[in-house]
Order: sequence, then structure tokens, then C-alpha cells
Amino acid sequence: MKLSRERLIQSDGAVSVLVVFLGFLVGTILIALVGKNPLNMYKAILQALSGYNIDNGKMNIRYIAETINYSVPFILCGLSMGFANRVGLFNIGGEGQYIMGMTIAQMVALLGPQVQGLHWVLAILCAIIIGSLWGGLVGVLKAKYEVSEVVSTIMLNYIALYLSRIITLQMPGATTYKTANFPETALITNDFFTKVTNYSLLNNGIFMMIIAVIVFWFIMEKTSLGFGMRATGFNKEAARASGIPVVKSIALSMAIAGAFAGLAGGIVALGSFKYGRVLSGMDNYGFDGIAVALVGNSTALGTALAGLLFGMLKNAQALMQSKQIPKEITFIIQGMIVIFIALRSALILYQQYLDKKKLQKEVGVK
Amino acid sequence: MSMILGMLPSVLMIVAPILITAIGGMICEKSGVVNIALEGLMAIGACTTAAAHVLMEMAGVPHTLSLFLALFMGLVVGGLFSIIHAVAAINFNADQTISGTGINLLSTGVTIFASQILFNADRTKEFMMGMQTDALGIYPTAYIAVAVVILSWFLLYKLPFGMHLRACGEHPGAAESVGINVKKMRYFAVLSSGVLAGLAGGCVVLTQTIQYTSNTINGRGFIALAAVSFGRWNPLGVTGAAFLFGTAQAFAIIANNVPALKVLPSEVFNILPYVVTLVALVLFSGKNYAPSAAGQPYEKGAS
Repeated sequence: MKLSRERLIQSDGAVSVLVVFLGFLVGTILIALVGKNPLNMYKAILQALSGYNIDNGKMNIRYIAETINYSVPFILCGLSMGFANRVGLFNIGGEGQYIMGMTIAQMVALLGPQVQGLHWVLAILCAIIIGSLWGGLVGVLKAKYEVSEVVSTIMLNYIALYLSRIITLQMPGATTYKTANFPETALITNDFFTKVTNYSLLNNGIFMMIIAVIVFWFIMEKTSLGFGMRATGFNKEAARASGIPVVKSIALSMAIAGAFAGLAGGIVALGSFKYGRVLSGMDNYGFDGIAVALVGNSTALGTALAGLLFGMLKNAQALMQSKQIPKEITFIIQGMIVIFIALRSALILYQQYLDKKKLQKEVGVK
Repeated sequence: MSMILGMLPSVLMIVAPILITAIGGMICEKSGVVNIALEGLMAIGACTTAAAHVLMEMAGVPHTLSLFLALFMGLVVGGLFSIIHAVAAINFNADQTISGTGINLLSTGVTIFASQILFNADRTKEFMMGMQTDALGIYPTAYIAVAVVILSWFLLYKLPFGMHLRACGEHPGAAESVGINVKKMRYFAVLSSGVLAGLAGGCVVLTQTIQYTSNTINGRGFIALAAVSFGRWNPLGVTGAAFLFGTAQAFAIIANNVPALKVLPSEVFNILPYVVTLVALVLFSGKNYAPSAAGQPYEKGAS
């Protein structure tokens, strides 16, 4: 009994399941407290997850496809946060890297060469590159000048937002909220998906996301570069003493983290929208990516699963609203999940307390 | 010159809430706890104040009393939510960035959720009248901000209590050894930052808009956080930083009406505070002005 409790407390996966459960519990109680039926929330979630509408018994595969499509940027931004996290950095800048990726992808889509097969590749590549530059800058500032990455990424998020507005407002056909439509060659829509999934927005971005998850896993677990990064994350001084180039690790890890978020921006721009957007605020994928990575314990598979959970919640929002459940409950659930993750350090304190009690019992101290 | 003087009231209107929040953030970091939840706490204060004010207005409560009570409620609710951060950071040695991020995420949900329940909309109902300016065209929030700055300076640098608080942020172990209760001090600091951010959120709503929406705070809390670093963790510096950033923000709004400023997109002024902070952090990188124990959990007995 005791052993199993110890193991549960030490297992990252079990704790993640627990915090998600607690987050939903708070959400459910809150819905009930304001006099709504929590069952409606779960009906919406079921429909977002399986496409099955429990009220009229109809099945629509489009909902599943939309859930997956929503989860793509969540997973990529989660990978961004997770990658930096493994090196001991806190990347709040996913949002800025995402915005820059989106902005450049939009720019290339509108101004780039309209060659079939080349145009969108170029746009996505540029998004990845600008994302990695935006993230790499943070890494350089941290490694060279010891500027806290928490503060610098927050600053760069807002710089990215307003820079994006300045750039996008100069694009062809720009009004105060959108630009002209992208040419066909820039889009990453997938006709097969569109037909099979009843005109969902699911697009080729899913393949890029899967490649990104594999790349994350490969770099982290299978290369000496990843080993050096993880070592830096565990103990910077020990890593330095064993000859691991810590400064390079930090800068490079932020650049790779930025690349994931930049890719997310490119995919959203070319896959889910057919025109460039003049942002009036943040899309929040980057911020939610923090929660995704925390729930997924910064591993490739965990982040992918957590991203699916968040994509499902986002897709369920509209369904909830139609069932008189305020859709903001999903934000509350997400926020509570992150707060419970912060509180998980209490579990460690609890374990220490138990250990102490046990020891006292063994040596006979009352 | 007259143009700059003419701008002064609107600059003060924009600076005041940023300054109030930044002072709270500064007190918090001085005690050794970093609070990146300022943005979320401002939003919670703003939503509470807006909702309370409009409900009291509808119930026929006298205007001044309603304003006062609404601000007070924003302050209290801001303080209540900051308890989450305090418990996580102080009692449970949690990662302060994670719990701050959690509150920020939570606030976007809680504020609009409350509006949905109270007003059946994704924003609070518009109130008829916010704060009124005095004879000089200045909102009372400016005077509140000045009072907060002076009080915080007096508290931190002129009272033994303030010295104790700062000691907790520099070397909590040493502070504990001379009998200072580090946990209590840090609780006080985190709660003050919550209370001040809540108050500042209310000030934003009552002076710059007529309702709370998801866009009301729009990064002001993060600007305040930047002002703390840029102002090098002392009241005068933070005041200067808040003024610099607030003026830049005011320019961004005014730029659209002044032909001379129209050559630049108004976003240039929006970017300014963030770029200035980033550059300043690099320039001052050699010398560290931050409280040395800021962001680190303190465990009693562990050295």
C-alpha cells in the first residue's frame, strides 16, 4: 500500500492524470455552483472527441478532425516550451515565436513566388527560421548576458505582436483586420482530408506536427546534443565541469524551441486561414503551450497527448456555448491544471513528511 | 510645449495603474517572490470593479460611494487570488513562474466566465459614469499612485519592517536566524502585490473604459513587471520606468490625432517599452540589482 503511494507520487504520468482530473473536478463543481448542468459540458467534450452527438444520436466525423486540427498548434507550442524546459529554461516566449512564424508565413504567402509545391514549402521554412531566430535571441541573451529568459520572452512576445501588425498592415490589400487572400499555391489544405471529414479544416499541418514530435524525441533522447541539453537542465555546473558546452546548449535549445513555435504559426496561417490576419491580440497558443508541456512532462509523447486534450477542449468550446455552458470554463480548467501542477511540489513535501515519520518510528522517537 | 502639457492628464491616467501594479510587484520581489501573475491579478481586479460598479449603479447607489466600494472590492478580490500564488510559492516551494502562469491563464477564464454568468455576455455591462477628473483635468487615480509610491518607499526604507522584508529577499536564511518570520513577510509581500494589482485593474476600468472586456488589461501587467526590472527594484526607479512606459503608451493612442507623429505607425510607440526594457537588461547585465533570493523557494533549516 505504502509502496504504491510512493510510486504514484514519484510517477510523472500519474501526477499528470491526477492534475487533469482535479482541473476537471473544479470546473464541474463551478458549473454546478452557477446552476448549470455539468453533464452538458461532458456531452460537448464527448462530441468533440468522438464526433457523436448524444442528444440526437448523429455522428459527424468533422468534429474529430477539428479536434486534431486544433491540437496541432497546441502540440507544437507545447514542444517549444518542453524543449526549453528540458534544458532548465522557462520559455514563455512561445507566443512571440508563434506570431513571428505566422507573420512571415503570411508575408511569403502573399509576396512569394507562386510555384506549385515550392511556395508553401518556402513559407513554412521561413516561419521555422524566424521562430528559431526569435527564440535563439532569448538563448543568446540568457547565455551571454544572463538576462532572465522569463522577462526577455515576455518582452519579445509584445514586440512580436506589434511588429506583426506593422508588417501585415503593409501587405497587399490590407485592411485594419485582414489582408488579401493567399494564392492557392501557398495553402497547405489537403483535398482528401477535406472530402473525408465533411469539410473540416484539417490540413497537411498534421504531418508536419508528427514529424516535429519525432524530431523532438530523436534530438532529446538519441543524440549527444540532446544529452548535453538534458545534462545542462539537470545541473548546469556539473554539465560545465564535464565539458558540455553549456552556453551553446542554452542558445541552441532556445533556437530549436523557437523553431517548433514558428512552425505552429506557419501552419495556422496557411492551414486554418486563407488570408493574412492583422492581429489585434494574442492567439494564446504559445501561452497554452506552457500548460501543454507541463501536463506532458516535457516529453514528446506526453506533450502530444496533452496537446490533444487541449485541442479537444478548444473544439468543445463552441459546442458548450450552444448548450448554455460558458465556454470560458475550458480556460478555467486549463488554469487550474497549471496551478495544480505548481502545487505538486506539495506532494514531494508530503512524501518527505511521511519518510520522516517512518524514520522516527523505526528509531523509536516519539 | 503646450502640447506636452496638454498630454499630461492622459499620460497620468495611463501611468497611474501601471505604477501602482509595478510598486506591488516590486514589494513582492523585494521579499524574494517573483510574481508574473500581475497581469492576471489586474484583470481580476478590473473585472470585479467593473461588475460591482455597474451593479451598484443599477441599484441606485450614490456615484462616489459606488466608485469607492467597487475599487475596494477589486482590491480585495485581487488580494484573494494572490493567495493562490502565496500558498504555492511560500508553503509548497512551488516553481513561482508556473504558479504565476497558472493564475494568468485562470484569470482569462474566471473574468469572462463571471461576466457570462452575471451579464450573459462575454464582457461586463457598460456603466454610465466612471471616475471624473478634477479641476486640473487629472483623475484621482494619479493621486492614489503617488500615495502608493510614497507609502511603499516609507515602508521599505524607513521602517524596521521594510528592512526585514528586504532581508528576506536578499538572504532568507540570515533573516530567519535573527528572528524574522520569512514566511509571514513573504505572505505580506505577495498579498500586497495582489491588492495593488487588483486596485490598479479597477483604476484602468474606471478611467480608461466603460466596461471590462478580455482586452481591457492588454499587457499592462507585463509592462509593470518590466518596469520593476527596468526601475532596478527601487521606488524612484520604478516610478521613472512606469512614466517612460506610460508616456510611450499615451503616444501610441495620441499619435493618430497628431499629424507630426503620423509618419510613424502608432505601433512603434507600443513596442517602445518592451524594446527599452530588453536593451536595458542587456546593458545593465553585468551588475545585478535584483534581490539575490528572488524566485527561490526558502526552506526553513535547509541551508
